[in-house]
Amino acid sequence: MAAIELRNIVKVFSDKRRGRDLLTLDNINLDIEANDFVCLLGPSGCGKSTLLNIIAGFEQATSGRTLVDGKQVERPGSDRGVVFQQPTLMPWLTAIDNVAFHLKLKGVGKAERHHRAMEFIDLVGLRGFEHHHPSELSGGMNQRVGIARALLMNPSVILMDEPFAALDAQTKLEMQEELVAIWQKRRCTIVFVTHSVDEALVLGNKIVVMTKRPGRIREAVNFDMPRPRDITSPEFNDAKRRILTLIREESTRLAQAS
Amino acid sequence: MTSVTDAAPAKPAFRLTRLFQGLERVVVPALLIAGWEAFARSGVLPPALLPAPSAVLHALGDWVFGFDETTQTYSGHWLRDALASALRVFAGFALASLLGILAGVAIGWSRLFEKTLEPTLQMLRPIPPVSWIPLAIIWFGIADKPAIFLVFLGAFFPVLMNAIHGVKTVDHNLVRAGAMMGASQRQMLTDIVLPASLPSIFAGLRIAVGSAWMLTVTAEMVAVKSGLGYVLWDSYYFLRYDIVLAAMISIGLLGYLSDLGLKVIMAHTLRWQATTTVQGRAG
Repeated sequence: MAAIELRNIVKVFSDKRRGRDLLTLDNINLDIEANDFVCLLGPSGCGKSTLLNIIAGFEQATSGRTLVDGKQVERPGSDRGVVFQQPTLMPWLTAIDNVAFHLKLKGVGKAERHHRAMEFIDLVGLRGFEHHHPSELSGGMNQRVGIARALLMNPSVILMDEPFAALDAQTKLEMQEELVAIWQKRRCTIVFVTHSVDEALVLGNKIVVMTKRPGRIREAVNFDMPRPRDITSPEFNDAKRRILTLIREESTRLAQAS
Repeated sequence: MTSVTDAAPAKPAFRLTRLFQGLERVVVPALLIAGWEAFARSGVLPPALLPAPSAVLHALGDWVFGFDETTQTYSGHWLRDALASALRVFAGFALASLLGILAGVAIGWSRLFEKTLEPTLQMLRPIPPVSWIPLAIIWFGIADKPAIFLVFLGAFFPVLMNAIHGVKTVDHNLVRAGAMMGASQRQMLTDIVLPASLPSIFAGLRIAVGSAWMLTVTAEMVAVKSGLGYVLWDSYYFLRYDIVLAAMISIGLLGYLSDLGLKVIMAHTLRWQATTTVQGRAG
């Protein structure tokens, strides 16, 4: 049984002001195995974030079934950790309290909360900053807090919606490496949304190329290049060429259609 | 040379700047008061119509400490008068804050409360609180109650409006993050929505405390026989403009102190906010 099963997912947004419907996701079928690192790759507006939100339970598919660990997704829940595009931390809580927020909601005492959160603060390399508020931390640090927060819930899957998009190039590289290290260490299932071919190839072992409006799955490519991946190696470039060709075919097809 | 002596020359210059920054603030008020004193002493207007600042200060001093009974029956009674007003402000403000926050959060959070409660409240809101004075007197008589009622009316709506705004503008993603971490509806309200709307709620409270003083004084002029507003209006009947001005200064001072107190509480509660201003980081 796959960790995540998407069966005939269709999502239609109704544009009330213009009185028409917008088909955003058209019959998505996808199986994601446990411990997979899957990158959903596609241009902006292809519905990849919508698909992630459907798995997270933030949005409902118009039709189709979403199963996580064999259970139908109906609402958000702590079995699916989400790392948002913006850090989305509670600004009134310190880093450690943000990481441990899930435990607070469950009524765990403060000492134990902090004890358990420290493990994840260490994991994302934020020791020494645990008592800082989000306003006192940089964007990259806040995003680490967001990742630690998702990991602490020990979810079966982690959903990430372009979490590094707002970071500078250097921090982005660092974060990508750390994320891969965390994934290798903790063995969890990650679904990572991105529009960058490089990012998808650095991170994923399965790259799902999506087409633009309506969002369909063009092709799911397995990519088992050993890690750490050298982004200048011929192997990496071959894979990149293959993915880019897929995307280019798609845009030519679109251009011819119109 | 050690580093201690190296650092020494910087210090006096720093103090001078600080001194100058302190002076900056007092230049305009000092000039205004000096000009007023000179004008009052020049005899263009009779001293009874425009008392000099020194005369006002004298009246205020006697009102507070009762040293020579220039203020006659009020001599030495300032604390009692100020306390009477402050208690009305506090009672009305506390009641308005409590109900305003409760109703505001309920309206902002739940569609049901928004539909049932908000239209009524929005219709009452444009009615100026002072226009309730006749009814307040008929209902509550001449005492503390009509004043507290008016203060409540004046303070309630700013708190309400800002609480509604605060709840409605909570970042949608924070609510999603809460749902992702398994927050119940009640936890969503107490652990996410309420803290997230605090900046807006505090803005409402600060507007409300200003209205509260305004309405206490108004009520005391008309419907109550004690407090700073009453002294102000009573002194007007007896042509004691020095006491009128002393009362105005007292009200201004107490209003300023209430706001300052609120600001201190706010700074402590919202210390997580970035301390940036338009001119950059403070401190």
